[in-house]
Amino acid sequence: MSAAQTISIAEQPEVKGAVVASLREVTKRYDDVCALNNVNLSVRSGELLALLGPNGAGKTTAIKLLLGLAKPTSGTSRIFGGDPRDPATRLRIGAMLQVAKVPETLRVREHIDLFSSYYANPLLRKETLARGDIADIQERKFGDLSGGQKQRVLFALALCGDPDIIFLDEPTVGLDVEARRILWHEIRKLVARGKTILLTTHYLQEADELADRVVVINKGNVIAEGTPTEIKARTAGRKIRCITRLTSDAVRGLPSVVDVCQDRGAIEIQTSDAESVVRALLSLDAHLSGLEVTRAGLEDAFIALTQEDNNVAGARR
Amino acid sequence: MVTVSATPDVRRSPNQTFVLYLKEMKYEFLKNLRIPRYSASVIVLPLMFYVLFGLFMGRQTIGNTSTAAYLIATYGTFGVLGASLFGTAASLASERGLGWIQVKKASPMPPFAYFAAKFFMGMMFSFIVVSLLLVLGLAFGGVRMPFQNMVQLVGTLVAGSIPFCAMGLAVGYFMGPNSAPAVINLIYLPMSFGSGLWVPFQFLPKVVKQIALYLPPYHLAQLALRVIGFDGNETNWTHWKVLIGFTLLCLGVARFGFQKDEEKMYG
Repeated sequence: MSAAQTISIAEQPEVKGAVVASLREVTKRYDDVCALNNVNLSVRSGELLALLGPNGAGKTTAIKLLLGLAKPTSGTSRIFGGDPRDPATRLRIGAMLQVAKVPETLRVREHIDLFSSYYANPLLRKETLARGDIADIQERKFGDLSGGQKQRVLFALALCGDPDIIFLDEPTVGLDVEARRILWHEIRKLVARGKTILLTTHYLQEADELADRVVVINKGNVIAEGTPTEIKARTAGRKIRCITRLTSDAVRGLPSVVDVCQDRGAIEIQTSDAESVVRALLSLDAHLSGLEVTRAGLEDAFIALTQEDNNVAGARR
Repeated sequence: MVTVSATPDVRRSPNQTFVLYLKEMKYEFLKNLRIPRYSASVIVLPLMFYVLFGLFMGRQTIGNTSTAAYLIATYGTFGVLGASLFGTAASLASERGLGWIQVKKASPMPPFAYFAAKFFMGMMFSFIVVSLLLVLGLAFGGVRMPFQNMVQLVGTLVAGSIPFCAMGLAVGYFMGPNSAPAVINLIYLPMSFGSGLWVPFQFLPKVVKQIALYLPPYHLAQLALRVIGFDGNETNWTHWKVLIGFTLLCLGVARFGFQKDEEKMYG
């Protein structure tokens, strides 16, 4: 494919699957702290990309760079093929950021009214209130809301302009299980309407439930990228938990065992072939008890990936 | 599969942009009106002073004007200074320091709308304070002046809000969200005294009188006093020049602060 063709696709963000926002070889330093280190990131039209990582991994920095709120130390940040600070570009963007204090004396309805006026084709107020699940609190002042209600209002502000791409920085932080499910449902509906979403989270389940693709970052580096299924496959397939008299070292010596760790009197075994390991364990220890076999979730994959990365980084030092 | 949705070339119509500015101003005003600590102190304090010193202890004259009229001009200036300075500086420092300005910047709001709204809000509160002082003076202080002078007095003082809103922005860019109110008081109270807003200029110690010439509120107060027939030493144009120069200086400092913030976030 020629270079000219590549460019023409990038300039048509409406083509499903085309790259609509990207970081190219981006490094971002704050004084001597390296928040992002040579990161490549592409958000494709119509997908929900989850940026997954522990606190301080550089997720918020990545979002700020894409939104033009911070400038890369090196590399480029593009959105719809242009500079994120271009006013015409901002008309197509919605953002939910982590904010310490929102003006508290304005009513929910008034915040929505103001932000809707910033856009060319905003949603009807009724629609925005419904999608944020905040119709019942629209007359309340922002300062009188609970933490979860505040999050829902910020979510509504991000989508009230009916933007093409929506950035959600830790959208469900501080929400209870029920509120989180409602928000997930609304996020899925946005994707179904063809919106592009970049979401950051350290809730692994959230990425697993919502994302088309997951990018795992740790300490400013991208350490894995793929579908949730692919990320899970990056580590051993299943996890065995049991109480046994066998030592960790003996278990580690069994074929197809990837990792063993002690956990409150039991041991946990990561393995690519659970059946043969279980067979071997039972024949070696007649008193083995509390046997559980589970599929490794995204959480295990995530912990394994970040630990692997930390170990490699440690070994380099 | 290729799907083509909304056209990429999205624009607000001029009408939409006009409405946006109006809403930004309206909500900036409402937001502050509903903070009792702000609205009560900047409105009630000058009125209280005026009732105490202008109405109860008034009835004498200062120079060729009644005290009740004289103090409308000086407490009016005091009110304008407080409304403009607290409204802009405190809200800017808080919104910068606690992240709200980032949400605004990420949105398609034109940055100019944000600042225009702060100026509008300062001028609205100034209008309210000055109008209430005038009503008190007319109703209870025996103040009499032609309607044209009333309009001129209110107009002068509300226009005089602009330099102090500019000052508020300049100050707001260099303060943290928590220290802002304290720092503003450190500027606001001595400046008010030194400009002859509490104690009439004629009765100030000589040394303070000399300092007053360098304080912008003194010049605004002189302009207001001229409207009610109190003659000063300088020409009106001298006072306006000082206020315009001061406004430009403050806007320059605010611009520097704005760029400093951009560099920090975007540098």
